[in-house]
Amino acid sequence: MASFKPTKIPIYPKLGEKVTQDTVYWKNYKAPVQIKEFGAVTNIHFSPVAPHNYAVTAFTRIHIYGPFSQEPVKSFTRFKDTAYCGRYRSDGQLLVAGCEDSVVRLFDVSGKVALRMFKGHTKAVHVTDFTSERYHIFTGSDDYTCRLWDIPNATELNTYQEHTDYIRCGVTSKLNRDLFITGSYDHTLKLFDARVDKSVITMDHGQPVESVLLYPSEGLVVSAGGRYVKVWDLLKGGQPLVSLKNHHKTVTSLCLSSNGQRLLSASLDRHVKVYNTTNFRVVHNFDYAASVLSLALAPDDESIIVGMTNGVLSIKHRKSPEESKEVSHQQRRRPSYRVFVKGKNYMPKQDDYLVSKPVREYLTKYDKHLKKFNISKALDSALKPEVTVAVIKELDRRGTLKNALAGRDEKALSELLHFITKNMVDFRFAPVLVPAANMILDIYRSVIGQSPVVDRQLLYLQDLLQKEINYQQELLDVLGMLDTLFASSVPRKELLYLISVKKHFGAGFKRQTKTHDLTLVF
Amino acid sequence: MVEHGDIRVVHRGGIARYCRFLCERGIFCCCRFLLCGSGYEVKVFSTSTEECIHDLRAHTDLVTGVLLRPSNHLQAYSCSTDGTVRLWDYTDGILIKTYVIGYPIYSIYTSANHSGVLFVVTPTSDKRSEFQLVAVHLPQSGDQLVEAREFSAVLSDVSSNPAATSFGRGGEYIASAKGLQLEVYFFKKQKFFLKEDNKKGGKNTFTCLACHPKDDCIATGHEDGKIRLWRNFNHKKEYTYTTLHWHHSAVSSLCFTPEGTNLLSGGIESVLVQWRYNQESQRDFLPRLGAAITHIAVSPDGALFCTSHSDNKITIIRSSIQVSAVIQGLVKGDSVRTDLMVDPRSKALVLNGKPGHLQFYSLQRDKLLYNLDIVQQEYIHQSGLEQFEVVKAAFDAYGNWLATVEERKQKPTELELNLKLWAFDEQTQSFMLNTTISAPHEARITAMCFCHSTDSQTTVLVSVSKDGHFKAWQLAPATHTEGPSWSCDFVGAYHSLVPECCCFSADGSLLAVSFQEVVTVWSPASWELLTTLSQPPGAIRNLCFGQLTCSKYLLGTTDKNLLCCWNLLTCSLEWSTSMDVSLLLSDPFSENMAAFCCQAGCTDLFVFKPSEPRPLFSHKAVCLGKVTRAVFAPREKMLESCEETSQWLNHSQLYFVTQYMVNTQHNEATWHYSREALKNMGLCIRIFTDTFLVYKSVYRLRWLMS
Repeated sequence: MASFKPTKIPIYPKLGEKVTQDTVYWKNYKAPVQIKEFGAVTNIHFSPVAPHNYAVTAFTRIHIYGPFSQEPVKSFTRFKDTAYCGRYRSDGQLLVAGCEDSVVRLFDVSGKVALRMFKGHTKAVHVTDFTSERYHIFTGSDDYTCRLWDIPNATELNTYQEHTDYIRCGVTSKLNRDLFITGSYDHTLKLFDARVDKSVITMDHGQPVESVLLYPSEGLVVSAGGRYVKVWDLLKGGQPLVSLKNHHKTVTSLCLSSNGQRLLSASLDRHVKVYNTTNFRVVHNFDYAASVLSLALAPDDESIIVGMTNGVLSIKHRKSPEESKEVSHQQRRRPSYRVFVKGKNYMPKQDDYLVSKPVREYLTKYDKHLKKFNISKALDSALKPEVTVAVIKELDRRGTLKNALAGRDEKALSELLHFITKNMVDFRFAPVLVPAANMILDIYRSVIGQSPVVDRQLLYLQDLLQKEINYQQELLDVLGMLDTLFASSVPRKELLYLISVKKHFGAGFKRQTKTHDLTLVF
Repeated sequence: MVEHGDIRVVHRGGIARYCRFLCERGIFCCCRFLLCGSGYEVKVFSTSTEECIHDLRAHTDLVTGVLLRPSNHLQAYSCSTDGTVRLWDYTDGILIKTYVIGYPIYSIYTSANHSGVLFVVTPTSDKRSEFQLVAVHLPQSGDQLVEAREFSAVLSDVSSNPAATSFGRGGEYIASAKGLQLEVYFFKKQKFFLKEDNKKGGKNTFTCLACHPKDDCIATGHEDGKIRLWRNFNHKKEYTYTTLHWHHSAVSSLCFTPEGTNLLSGGIESVLVQWRYNQESQRDFLPRLGAAITHIAVSPDGALFCTSHSDNKITIIRSSIQVSAVIQGLVKGDSVRTDLMVDPRSKALVLNGKPGHLQFYSLQRDKLLYNLDIVQQEYIHQSGLEQFEVVKAAFDAYGNWLATVEERKQKPTELELNLKLWAFDEQTQSFMLNTTISAPHEARITAMCFCHSTDSQTTVLVSVSKDGHFKAWQLAPATHTEGPSWSCDFVGAYHSLVPECCCFSADGSLLAVSFQEVVTVWSPASWELLTTLSQPPGAIRNLCFGQLTCSKYLLGTTDKNLLCCWNLLTCSLEWSTSMDVSLLLSDPFSENMAAFCCQAGCTDLFVFKPSEPRPLFSHKAVCLGKVTRAVFAPREKMLESCEETSQWLNHSQLYFVTQYMVNTQHNEATWHYSREALKNMGLCIRIFTDTFLVYKSVYRLRWLMS
């Protein structure tokens, strides 16, 4: 005959972000390692050669970290003032850095003292970089000039005075020894050619430019300034390609993933966003505790390093393949293979009559209790929120919810209240949990005041409801505004659109009325 | 009843027709046959194959009891309210003898100890509501038809319920219970009373009774779910009893096994309980039998048990408490809340069945195909508990999709609604749940229909609700993680009026939704409001597009007795007539439409074509009461009738339900042409008798309930 029908656990719509390939990839990092620096971390640069150490420029120091060390392997401290923009040469042997005192210093990564000092700028030097043939240095300064220097002689080769404001970012071409791009607070990007005395291409970004990035192919350049990230096509003479506005504060740093398929931007709004470079949609988002100033990705995306205004350096390492599969390993050990094949490899003879084994249906714990009408136990043995809500719904259908909730001691009741306060404002569960909360208040009204634990939770519940009501009221205000806007602006035929907008807010309406019911009890 | 024409109403209800009241005495013999009174006949089923072997037909009224002849186990008595007791050879299906008693008989008892005597319950001659137990001495005669005239009263004022009287050990005494009183009549001594006291005010009225076959013990079932075992009642006033309690509501049937080792009890919980005699703490249960148990019977060798259920079903159970066979007729649910539908694939009639299920009933084979579990929840029987009910269902044109709506109204303000979409699975040949939409609307859904066009790429479902909106649901394509599922495509409303019904045109290019007095016509392709039609006063009650050549017409009925036909090409009223139409439906296989009009307690049927307001066929007083649901079902073989009035039944048959029954409007042309053939006369009689059968049984149901 018909067997016991197990409780249906409804499939709720997944909240939050959708699981895509990108989220899987970008979530596959360990918990961040946090290192406190002396001041705001303004620049992070990876050494191009293995083992890929990285230079972190913060306050008056440059620290060199190894790929897995949490202590600096080396420090450069001979700066008179705040250091800027410590960058490696392409062979990983030399490091150049600007300074607030207008002197550009060149270090050997194994030494301590500066090999060369380049003097000539009159104000702080925020940008330094090596050219691709490795013997020249390009610098940009707050004195509106950018200069080229010769490393062996420590002499100035050329000066370009085209910008009309501070130069705060710049990058040299990795393919052409003569090309470099600067970005300035005068809202422009300029492409310079060392063979001629002036800029070749000028691009107007529209905001003070904070960061500039060249694609590996060097056909495209990305600039960040204000809230915008813009992509320019150099092969078309600096034609703007895309303008992205996904941050709500100034974008400070840009970075490409190792395969060049994803662009990362960091901003003062404490987010790092990942864009797909084919359609420039945001595919992932990282949140940080403070405004992000600098960002770097290790080769092969092995780690994400982020420097923040509060001087914290956050390092996220990629999970190793074993670790990412760890979850499945932690499951209970299954019986050995032998158990399953036992008796299965018997070959039936021709006249044997096969009696098939009846398939046994296994019920979950709460269903076993429900089958025996042990309602309180059934409620206690449901663990996940979806399951608990389904069991509460089932008990409500059976008309025995009140009995299941009643007769609990302090511990059991506080567990129940904890669950309810945690999940009640989730609109997927609210229709079930609000009546249950009402019922609990009805049942345990006489014992309020006897247990401090329960009282605290009840007060918290009240607080939560008040917050929720305020939130709903705000939503309704917005809805009212939208209604007036639509009513005044749309022609008559598009009224139907209004209905569909209402539909989205429909859940909100329902919650509103139900939470009101509950407050009456208090 | 039915006029002498070609077309007549035939009442249908499945094999074990309204078995609820009729198999009150299912009995066994040799573990091979099950006898069961069903309507005017006694049916003989095979216990192994579940097939009906014989219909024993001779009674002219309801069969109320069937009993094996104690002296010959190949013969059985049956009694009926027509005042006769008939003796049958049930293995061959032959009527042996008819005893005419002359009074309606409500139950029959016999014992091996009393050969030649039958005990029957008949109404006392002066009052119809009082019954007495009478011993009838059967005259020894060789004739087929014997009149029995030798009566002697045994007990007066007994219950007419067959389960309330039973013979005791070896036929020494007979026990009968009525109200709060249990009477035991010893044949050797005088009669003796046992009286149940009612001090505590409990509901301990007797409901049924069984006597132990080997011991002086009477088991009685009570209204409050208790079972009492009475002993020592042959000593004066020193009787004792023990109480067994498991059932939470009334015990409806009790039965001892032939050796007396076990006692079986059943009630509305649909659980068969087996108690060990003298070790009553040991119980075995067979739960979830599907519906309330109305009667329990045991085969003479004790190997098989049989329970009859309130949903028109007999379950055959092995003595090891395992179900071995189920004989199921048309499932008798509480009410038909979904429309009558025809599954386009199996051509089965689909309607509500067991609680939370849809039943698929084959009209051609007159057999239940399967029950589809819609609600998928454990059914808990408890009085006052609101259950989920399937209230709406719809098929798409090919039978690939089934949409169902279930609702549960716990409090007046809270309505739980679920819209479920089922996809037909070729492999299992059944419907599999595809999408569940909880709370698709904020108020009750009043109508739902699929777009019936055959060439469109996507299937569209429209649901209309009392919340003032209608919604269109569409199949969204499969994503890489999950298969295709349904989602809302469009929400429509019209001047905050409440929509009532919806209808797609035959080609699926137009959707008509009625908003009170206004009919709005929408284009499903762009969801644009094309036009509005209205014919005030009166809200629209039914809406129907014409089919085939008449597809340019839209018909509507209003609750102010108006039937309107609009021409959609001119957007104007083509014709209208004053009729109080309660139900309007179109035949999908022809241009015809059927309208049921309720007048003075009777329903008239009109069949017409939308292109001309003159009816093709009309039939006054098709049935008593209001017709609630109807459907045109396709015929297996097309008829070639040339008579004008019966042509409309060439392609399809019209089925309809009134309050309690399923009827079919048949074209019995064969009967008309060969009226002289005796065989077909028999057919004709059957049709008539069946008609009576259902009316009587409906009457009986009311009587049982009151």
